[in-house]
Amino acid sequence: MDRFQTLQQMFKRYRRPGDLVFATVFLLFATWLASQLQTQTVWANGQHLFAQPRFWPAVGVFGMVLFGALHFLGSLASDRIPGRWPEVLAWVRALEFVGWFLAYVWLVPWAGYLLATLLFMGALTIRMGYRDGRMIAAALATGLGIVLLFRTALQVRLPGGQLYHHLPDGLSTFMLTWF
Amino acid sequence: MDLLLSSLGTLARLDVLLALLVGSIGGVIIGAIPGVGAAVAIAILLPATFSFDPIVGLTVLLGIYGSSMYGGAIPAILINTPGTAVNALTTYDGYPMTQKGQARRALSLAYSASFFGGILSILCLILLSPVLAWIAPMFGSREIFLAALLGIILVVLAHRGQVFAAGMLASFGIFLNSVGLEPVRYSRRYAFDQSWLASGVDLIVVVLGLFALSQAFMLLVDKDDAPKAQRVEGSLFSGLKELFRFKRVATVSSGFGVLMGMIPGVGEFTAQFLSYTYARRTSKTPEEFGKGSPEGLIASEAANNAVPGAAMIPLLALGIPGEALTAMMLSVFYVHNVVPGPGLFQNDMDFVVALYIVMLLLNVIVLGFLMFSTNLLTKIIQVPTRFLGVVILTLSFVGVYSLRNSFTDCAIASAFGVLGLILKRLNLPVVPIILGMVLGGIMEVKLRSAMARVRTPWDMIDRPIAFILFCAILLVIGLHIRTLVKEHRARAEEPDHDIHDSHTR
Repeated sequence: MDRFQTLQQMFKRYRRPGDLVFATVFLLFATWLASQLQTQTVWANGQHLFAQPRFWPAVGVFGMVLFGALHFLGSLASDRIPGRWPEVLAWVRALEFVGWFLAYVWLVPWAGYLLATLLFMGALTIRMGYRDGRMIAAALATGLGIVLLFRTALQVRLPGGQLYHHLPDGLSTFMLTWF
Repeated sequence: MDLLLSSLGTLARLDVLLALLVGSIGGVIIGAIPGVGAAVAIAILLPATFSFDPIVGLTVLLGIYGSSMYGGAIPAILINTPGTAVNALTTYDGYPMTQKGQARRALSLAYSASFFGGILSILCLILLSPVLAWIAPMFGSREIFLAALLGIILVVLAHRGQVFAAGMLASFGIFLNSVGLEPVRYSRRYAFDQSWLASGVDLIVVVLGLFALSQAFMLLVDKDDAPKAQRVEGSLFSGLKELFRFKRVATVSSGFGVLMGMIPGVGEFTAQFLSYTYARRTSKTPEEFGKGSPEGLIASEAANNAVPGAAMIPLLALGIPGEALTAMMLSVFYVHNVVPGPGLFQNDMDFVVALYIVMLLLNVIVLGFLMFSTNLLTKIIQVPTRFLGVVILTLSFVGVYSLRNSFTDCAIASAFGVLGLILKRLNLPVVPIILGMVLGGIMEVKLRSAMARVRTPWDMIDRPIAFILFCAILLVIGLHIRTLVKEHRARAEEPDHDIHDSHTR
């Protein structure tokens, strides 16, 4: 509690490295959206201002520009915090995992939920540096548990794998229904 | 009595009881693992609950919402790392107690205070029900619009030091909600001739990206960590008796939790601050606060656990969510055509009472579970963070893909995942985007329908509740400006703190 003595102090959020980069990108994005307002929304004749199709996108976009500009100016005027570019690099590093995730999404309709999940969890566990057999086994067991919970028990809507159609008739139906 | 019997009848089903058990125990486990939290779990489970009955789906989600803070106290006390963001204040006195060899006492008091806060807030909700049922029908389109506007203003102003950032992110949420086909002229807004944008940006996809995928990316990008928590020996029941000695602090703290929980955009942090300040000011040993004071621990835990019950008040009575978790729950209501708001109290009171009973029961189940399984939970805390990231990423797939089996949804969720990662690392708030989307949608619909009866601007506030809400908006803005002026004059040096850094591990 020594760190904040007033309600204002407790609610205060402090800047972190990389803030200016984000503020710049956000303001550019907001300005571009504002420039598209005329072409991407319509103005309906005879309608009240608040019922116009353009009204709420305009509120959102101009709010983004106004607050984005103020936030940008605040970031610009603040003292520079060391570590801006290493922070941006950390954001870029996350793109690798976007790739992993989308590869998994692509794999499921082809290999089926069970096989795709086991492959994904096993491979990503190894990629994250776990070489211990126990961790890989734990990953596979967790993957199996997730499939059993969501697909087998809760029957969550997921497509059956193309690969299942190449299995013998009875097994194919079983896999399509439960995995 | 008939109402109570009918509500109990709604709950007396195997699937509801199972949902109650899974939600409450699952919530404790999720809360106990730093780096997961209720928001991630609710986001992942949300689409799965759409196929359940509304009462079953909401029971699971309420279970997680109401019980995660119980679990979050365990790592806060044992390893000085809050399990959920709102357990941050618990570390101040909980961890010093562990260092003094009083881990069992600290946990026991935390559980007892949480139980007390949770039960008291639900009792308040039950007692307030007749008032809510009386007042809710007085809320027409104008009043709901003004209440939603007040909610958005509070959310923005609550982020002190980052008001501009919160404002731009709330505006971004309002913008996102407006993308796609609009309902009056059926024209496309910001669709850029893309069919995938014509249907709009789905709230669930955004929620999953900002909460679940972003958390997975955070854990996968950071270095690995697996903290060790000590075992707790002895009975944990003693705290219930000891809490009785601190009944004044527990009651006042729970009261702050209830009051702050009802106000959209304010929530746990204010409640904890007010109760902690009160407890320290009235304590016989104020010097002990921050060094292992049981009163400080009780103030923190009773206040934060009193919030979920109270946060259901604006959601159920007006259909207005005050924070991200209730915003997610709102989508479960909508999916099942149960519209929270004035009509719910008039037409589906047994459903509302059933939800109250669920909340009461979950507190009892959680307390019972924690008394016997704390040592099991200390093992779960030790799951390595990167492995946790792999599991969250795998679970996020079920959440996003089961919505429409769409690759595009997954790609959009990934983009929001990266945005969420950036915001969390920058200590910028994610919640304004979600509330901007939800409250923006409510404001658009309600303002349009209100304008049919509004001829002059004065007509907008010519009804008592609309006028009160309008005054509240002016008051909130006025108080904010006054605080800014006072701060500017004082020019006090404020030390940095990391209580809002959502990445707690």
